[in-house]
Amino acid sequence: MRRVVPIGPYHPLQEEPEFFKLIVEGEKVVDLEINIGYNHRGHEFISPTLTWDQVPFLVERICGICSDSHPYAYVLAVEDCAHVTPPPRSQYIRTIIGELERIHSHYLWLGLAGHFIGYNTVWMWVWRYREPLLDLFELIMGNRNHYAINKIGGARRDIRKEDFPKIEKYLDLLEEKNAMFTKAILDDPVIRARLEDVGVLSKEDAIAYAVTGPTARGSGYAIDVRKDDPYDAYDKVDWNEIVFEEGDVLAKAKVRLLECDESIKIVRQCLKNMPEGSIETRVDEIPPGEGIGRHEAPRGEVFHYVRSNGSNMPVRHKVRAPSFMNIASNVVAVRGYSIADAALVLASVDPCYCCTERTFVYQSGKKKYSGQDLLKLSWEKTEKLKRRYKK
Amino acid sequence: MKKEYSKEMLAEICEKFPEVSIKIHSPRRVYMRISRDKVYDFAKFLFEEKQLRLSIATGIDTRDGMEIIYHFTLDEVGTYYNIKTVIPKDDLKIKSLTPFLPAANWIEREIHELLGVDFIGHPNLKPLLTAEAWHADLQPLRRDYADEHKEIKIDKKTGGLA
Repeated sequence: MRRVVPIGPYHPLQEEPEFFKLIVEGEKVVDLEINIGYNHRGHEFISPTLTWDQVPFLVERICGICSDSHPYAYVLAVEDCAHVTPPPRSQYIRTIIGELERIHSHYLWLGLAGHFIGYNTVWMWVWRYREPLLDLFELIMGNRNHYAINKIGGARRDIRKEDFPKIEKYLDLLEEKNAMFTKAILDDPVIRARLEDVGVLSKEDAIAYAVTGPTARGSGYAIDVRKDDPYDAYDKVDWNEIVFEEGDVLAKAKVRLLECDESIKIVRQCLKNMPEGSIETRVDEIPPGEGIGRHEAPRGEVFHYVRSNGSNMPVRHKVRAPSFMNIASNVVAVRGYSIADAALVLASVDPCYCCTERTFVYQSGKKKYSGQDLLKLSWEKTEKLKRRYKK
Repeated sequence: MKKEYSKEMLAEICEKFPEVSIKIHSPRRVYMRISRDKVYDFAKFLFEEKQLRLSIATGIDTRDGMEIIYHFTLDEVGTYYNIKTVIPKDDLKIKSLTPFLPAANWIEREIHELLGVDFIGHPNLKPLLTAEAWHADLQPLRRDYADEHKEIKIDKKTGGLA
């Protein structure tokens, strides 16, 4: 007999609103219906009402976790449309931030995956070493999140010479700890038993559903924008594409863990080879035409399409986040497994429901904080961080 | 190895589909225009014989009609092959790609609800993104939408439009 088990839209384990309707026979999942749209904010509608330079600020807020990837793909699209090549230094800066973001996003997922399977030690350890990275972001760009580094024709901020050793120092720490995590997680028999052969997505299904990123690479479908369509500094550095054939949750975890090592490699080479010079070219006009920008975000390929009619605003701006393709593939990945596995399989694609909401006023105790006060607090913390790193 | 579009493939396309007009924007961005009746066969040829991946589709409301762009990509050479087609506004219908390409499922639903294009042969054209109480005949990405509905009143009881 068939029954329905609903997961969501509000669920204690999944922080973001999404509704999965599991159709089960006994313990076995036989079908899945996915309902999304609880978070629809109409970015494609708002974007043509803003000027070219305002749009990065809008698309940065599509996602709170991979907030660098959307503006990155957008500026690449506009540069493709206007045939602009940014100066080399800005290309290296963008690449460094993109790779550091990949590390922080993969660690976020790894911690959550540990939490999902009831292994809270992994969660706390991983997030302990993710925290210094967010501090590093704040030190370089003034924000823990929403770095605002991308600009049409270059980068908005330079990375100062005195910050280089701090990044190197963090990478040294991370390299050691990432090796520890890889060993601890892959050698643990309990984790292996929980993740192996669960939620297998075959290569044929991966191609039919056109999944991207670690979800595809865990199924033996070797696609990576950084290798296939290299942009900015990615064709000037040496690194490996991580591919596993198994397609289960463990393979996806392995891809993410080993990718962090590759990211460390890329950032090191970029820091070493970074050329001197200006960080932006002036772009006065966007000619009529169209452009496509793609960036390999932590979750897969981000795709942006813009069309210009020569005015100061885009006519059409299409945004495709990787989760749009990856979440749809859950329908085949979850079929045939038990209900207990379902939550893990659904989370294994690292779904991103773009949930960040901005708050301007909140109350803590008796003091009311306004936007200005919060900004002041943030500046104070940045100063504190700078003093700490000086010692 | 320098990565760019493959000339052999474009020659084969010209041979099999002589009505396609090809515009090369840059070495890794190719735009092709084709009439709407041929889109299904053309996409099937690209997906099944040439192993292209459907990245996404874009719907645009233009003066000439509703324009749909299917963004296919060939990952070996990192090239985007974009198929453009224009549908007249008084007959918003096109054959769905979902029967042979599951990746087109969600995006066709999205274009259907935001622009009002009917995809013939799609198994399930339910709204994907907008709320349940949203009027089905209000398509937010159409040009006439913004003029008519500048002030939208929300019914507090149902959460939909008043």
